[in-house]
Amino acid sequence: MALLEMKDVRGGYGDADILHGVSMTVGEREIVVIVGPNGAGKSTAMKSVFGLLTIRGGNIVFDGEDITGWAPDRIVQRGICYVPQVDNVFREMTVHENFEMGAFLRRGDLAAAYDRIYGLFPDLKAKRRNLAGDLSGGQRQMVAMGRALMLDPKLLLLDEPTAGLSPKYMEQIFQITRDVRDAGVSILLVEQHAKQALAFCDRGYVLATGANRHEGSGQALLADREVAEMFLGG
Amino acid sequence: MSFMDFLNFHIVPGVVLGSIYAVGAIGITLVFGILRFSHFAHGDMATLGAFVALALVTAGLTPWAALPIAMAAVAVVAIVVDKLFYDYLKARPKIMTVMASLGVALMLRAVVQVVFGVDPRTYASGIVRPDEYFGILLRDRELYTLAAVVAIVIGLTLFLRHSRWGKAMRAMSDNPDLARLSGVDNRKVTMLTWAIVGALCAASGFMLGINNELHSMMGWQVLLPMFAAAILGGVGRVEGAVLGGLIVGIAEELSIFILPAQYKAATAFALLLLILLVRPRGLLNGKVL
Ligand SMILES: Nc1ncnc2c1ncn2[C@@H]1O[C@H](COP(=O)(O)OP(=O)(O)O)[C@@H](O)[C@H]1O
Ligand SMILES: [Mg+2]
Repeated sequence: MALLEMKDVRGGYGDADILHGVSMTVGEREIVVIVGPNGAGKSTAMKSVFGLLTIRGGNIVFDGEDITGWAPDRIVQRGICYVPQVDNVFREMTVHENFEMGAFLRRGDLAAAYDRIYGLFPDLKAKRRNLAGDLSGGQRQMVAMGRALMLDPKLLLLDEPTAGLSPKYMEQIFQITRDVRDAGVSILLVEQHAKQALAFCDRGYVLATGANRHEGSGQALLADREVAEMFLGG
Repeated sequence: MSFMDFLNFHIVPGVVLGSIYAVGAIGITLVFGILRFSHFAHGDMATLGAFVALALVTAGLTPWAALPIAMAAVAVVAIVVDKLFYDYLKARPKIMTVMASLGVALMLRAVVQVVFGVDPRTYASGIVRPDEYFGILLRDRELYTLAAVVAIVIGLTLFLRHSRWGKAMRAMSDNPDLARLSGVDNRKVTMLTWAIVGALCAASGFMLGINNELHSMMGWQVLLPMFAAAILGGVGRVEGAVLGGLIVGIAEELSIFILPAQYKAATAFALLLLILLVRPRGLLNGKVL
């Protein structure tokens, strides 16, 4: 059974629906990518897992439990962590404090957790006392991922982690994403860099106007002519 | 006028008044930074604190022993006021909460007037002569006021910097959505914030009272300088509120050199206008309003 299963989710921010029936699954240790044009509802689909909009239909099951409409702190405790597309760090807090906030719900000795995070993001070790808001875009993105990983989630949601980053950072973020997966975490990823993302994911979904349009393995989607013409620039 | 006279008659009273403003301004800045509205009941909550302390003094406590109890009492009042009024409006536009806080201000003042009357009161009567410390003249109450303010600022700073819930408060002020996504319970942070803000209100009211006199309008009259101090320092910043408080307090005391004494109260207003024109985010770059 899949770790995360969204079934025919419908809903939006106000009265109008943005999502018109989105369904997707993420399996154990799987990297699943969501691609699609701007405004397709990719971020909204991700937010629906955390109940950050009004859900008017469908349901979301995580690890065998229906979590539709749960409060964010309960979902986090259950094992899903989320890195939003924008405003995803505490800018006025240090890098280390960002990680501490990520572990807010965790008690006991966190030394091993910090070691693991600074092992994943060695560049941040020297910057641990810097304010997150003062870092470069790429490093801020790493802080955002690190914060989300502090709780040792089973599923990590990443919304456009490479947006606006140089190719060097993009490659680095993809590599870290793979490392995190290899450590046993499932990953749901929204990506603008559709070609690169489809090339490295296990499976992908193409969303358009708030609904599923295509799905399949990354390779199959890359090879699909219609997908290529619509979303990958030919 | 000698330099020491200038220090003793203008700067010292300015620093004492300014540090009292600072305590009020810290509360204003916490409410603004974390709960995101301008709390107009702040001054009258301070008045309430001053009079709760008066009741305890009347019952036989010394004023400084009454202070912590008054702080705790107003902390509870602030939490209850939030639950009864502000919490109810939290999903509505913030301007409604601001207006509600104006109503709460009138209500708290009415309670004080009904229970304690409208005549000026004092904690202790009689003239106190200042002692001399290296040429600086300080009354005991001024010395204790300064010591209490320093203790409050250090304590609060340590709490916000190093404790788990202090960090949660900063996180909520920095990025409320991300704080919630990190598992911070918004309601607990709100309650904690009101407890701290209520205690700070009581402390500032008490210190105003012990350095002068108590009357039912005392808090309302310092609301403007306290807001000016918070904005001057940069809203959302504790250290900014302290800096702003000291500047406003000293500026008020020095204003008599250029303005007739009855215009002292206009100083804060002038400073507020000036900073909003020149540097609207305050000296220490607060949040954009
Ligand atoms: N917070 C919001 N409030 C109202 N509408 C929103 C909000 N966020 C996004 N939308 C709207 O929802 C639609 C889908 O947006 P989004 O999910 O962000 O798209 P994507 O991430 O695929 O670019 C867009 O039309 C957008 O304008
Ligand atoms: Mg998006």
